[in-house]
Amino acid sequence: MYTRTYKLVVSIPPILWVALFLLFPYALMLVHSFWSVRDGAIFHNWNLGNYRTLVHNPLYWQVLLRTARIAASVTCLSVLLGYPLAYFLSIHAGPRKELLYQLVIVPLWVSYLVRGYAWKTILGSDGVLNGFLQYVHVTREPVSAFLYSPFAVILMLTHIYTPFVFLPIYASLEHIPRPLIEASQDLGASPRATFFRVILPLSLPGLLAGATFAFVLSLGDFLAPLLVGGPSATMIANLIQSLFGAAYDWPLGAAISVVILVFTLAILAFAQRLEARWSFE
Amino acid sequence: MTSVALIAPSVAPGDTLVEIRAVSKRFGPREVLKALSLEIAAGEFLTLLGESGSGKTTLLRLIAGFEQLTAGEIWMRGSRLDALPPYRRRVNTVFQQYALFPHLNVSDNVAYGLRATATAKSEIAARVKDALEMVRMQEFATAKPTKLSGGQQQRVALARALVNRPELLLLDEPLSALDANLRKQMQSELKSLQREVGVTFLFVTHDQDEAMALSDRIALVRNGTLEQIASPREIYARPATAYTAQFIGQTNLLRAIIREGVADCGAFHFASALPQGSALFSVRPEAIGLANHAPSLSNLVRFSATIRQQIYSGATELLELQLATGATLRARIPSGAMLSGSHEFAFAASDAMPVRE
Repeated sequence: MYTRTYKLVVSIPPILWVALFLLFPYALMLVHSFWSVRDGAIFHNWNLGNYRTLVHNPLYWQVLLRTARIAASVTCLSVLLGYPLAYFLSIHAGPRKELLYQLVIVPLWVSYLVRGYAWKTILGSDGVLNGFLQYVHVTREPVSAFLYSPFAVILMLTHIYTPFVFLPIYASLEHIPRPLIEASQDLGASPRATFFRVILPLSLPGLLAGATFAFVLSLGDFLAPLLVGGPSATMIANLIQSLFGAAYDWPLGAAISVVILVFTLAILAFAQRLEARWSFE
Repeated sequence: MTSVALIAPSVAPGDTLVEIRAVSKRFGPREVLKALSLEIAAGEFLTLLGESGSGKTTLLRLIAGFEQLTAGEIWMRGSRLDALPPYRRRVNTVFQQYALFPHLNVSDNVAYGLRATATAKSEIAARVKDALEMVRMQEFATAKPTKLSGGQQQRVALARALVNRPELLLLDEPLSALDANLRKQMQSELKSLQREVGVTFLFVTHDQDEAMALSDRIALVRNGTLEQIASPREIYARPATAYTAQFIGQTNLLRAIIREGVADCGAFHFASALPQGSALFSVRPEAIGLANHAPSLSNLVRFSATIRQQIYSGATELLELQLATGATLRARIPSGAMLSGSHEFAFAASDAMPVRE
């Protein structure tokens, strides 16, 4: 068995890491959220003014709601794309499985930024999509509504997070013993009934993990709205960024961050409880 | 098991229920079944016995519908079975690892087939209850399968299959995952359950003792073909081939030259009605005994041999004998004193069964 000293020594790096890069910044953020800014300087007067502002100023609510809506749309679309893909690969792909799996994974090796700029060139006024639409005479003028809209953000985030949704679903489908699927059919259930009564319930933990990934990551995304979103698609992370940057209102930015953090932790806790109930090990 | 008449067989016992006609199955270049034909009688307990890789499980999966056959036909009560998808066949399977649904409790597992075929709710409840009583699992109705022991899972798997009143129950080595004692107990439960419900059982195993204990008939499968099909007694007493004689029980294979009604084995000879030429005979070890203990019959084959080894196993012991020609034979005799040196042995000529190569 390992000695106490050994255990202590190996646990120091992770403890230091978590304390230094997670707990300390979070504490700093929490403390800041109770301070305020006056004449361009931060005042250490403890108060709930920032949280009051959040409740009373509709601007923050609107951005928060939009962010949640975008994140929810991305989650739904990623699941709608990722689940059938994972289902096909795991259950029906046969010998082509490995190759197709790699093809799904490959985009993950490409930088997030590159993929963002790719969408810019596809959706822009002189972009690939507009060029095609004009070429086939669907439109005469370039459509400017594609880029710089919540639609563009949802599209880009869905593209980026679908593999993240696909992976845990695929893993949970691979985990289902194949005799269970045979047993279901053997007992008179059609392939459709087998899907809804056996395959779907047994893959719910993976579905949940994937959906949580997509939702939480989209919720905190600020690059997609920056690259393809425009003013009509500003998300909460952009707001926080501007409060910490140009606006120099760290306390308010910290207060919004705290709200988002609590919201995210609540979602994760809820997902974890559901997953515990749905797993059958 | 309690006496619950679950099934009213729709075919009279003894009639042909399933007809397997020249079925072949190929996986890539490997031919797993080679034009195998077999008839299954209604109400019988038929065992497919064979080594692993002999094709017995593949045949079971073809009947269940999990595999498509390469050639041939499978008929059940006058209609083509192989054209139907698995969920339309009145055949149910007990899987090797039971394949109970982990997200459903015991009674939902048993009700699965009835719900899938849209049986009335009130009927489902009654039939699930009866089925669980039949396998003495009613007190576990709300338990999750992962909380059950192997033997209990086995019973639930049986109830889940039989509750659908299948015409044919397929069992894919269902006892192989159990430990030895439990296996013996489940064997006798399985046998009495089959008598009770009257369902035709097609049982797959590689264990010849299990096959002997359970079956009405044994179909010995070898390299994708049917080696022999007969009752356990018949197949043991009159093996058609050397392979059967060796696979089922132990045996001595004797090569003989037949000349003018006499089979000459070198060390001894006996009368035989076989035609001239070379022949192979199977003599079971228990047919051979010490000559001074043998009844004085006219057709007794006598020979002397040296005892090389004596292996004690309780009521009987196995002797390894060496003949003057150098050949070795095995004899199983009632346990007695320690033996050594050379002794006179004998067997009845009628116990030498001619077998094909």
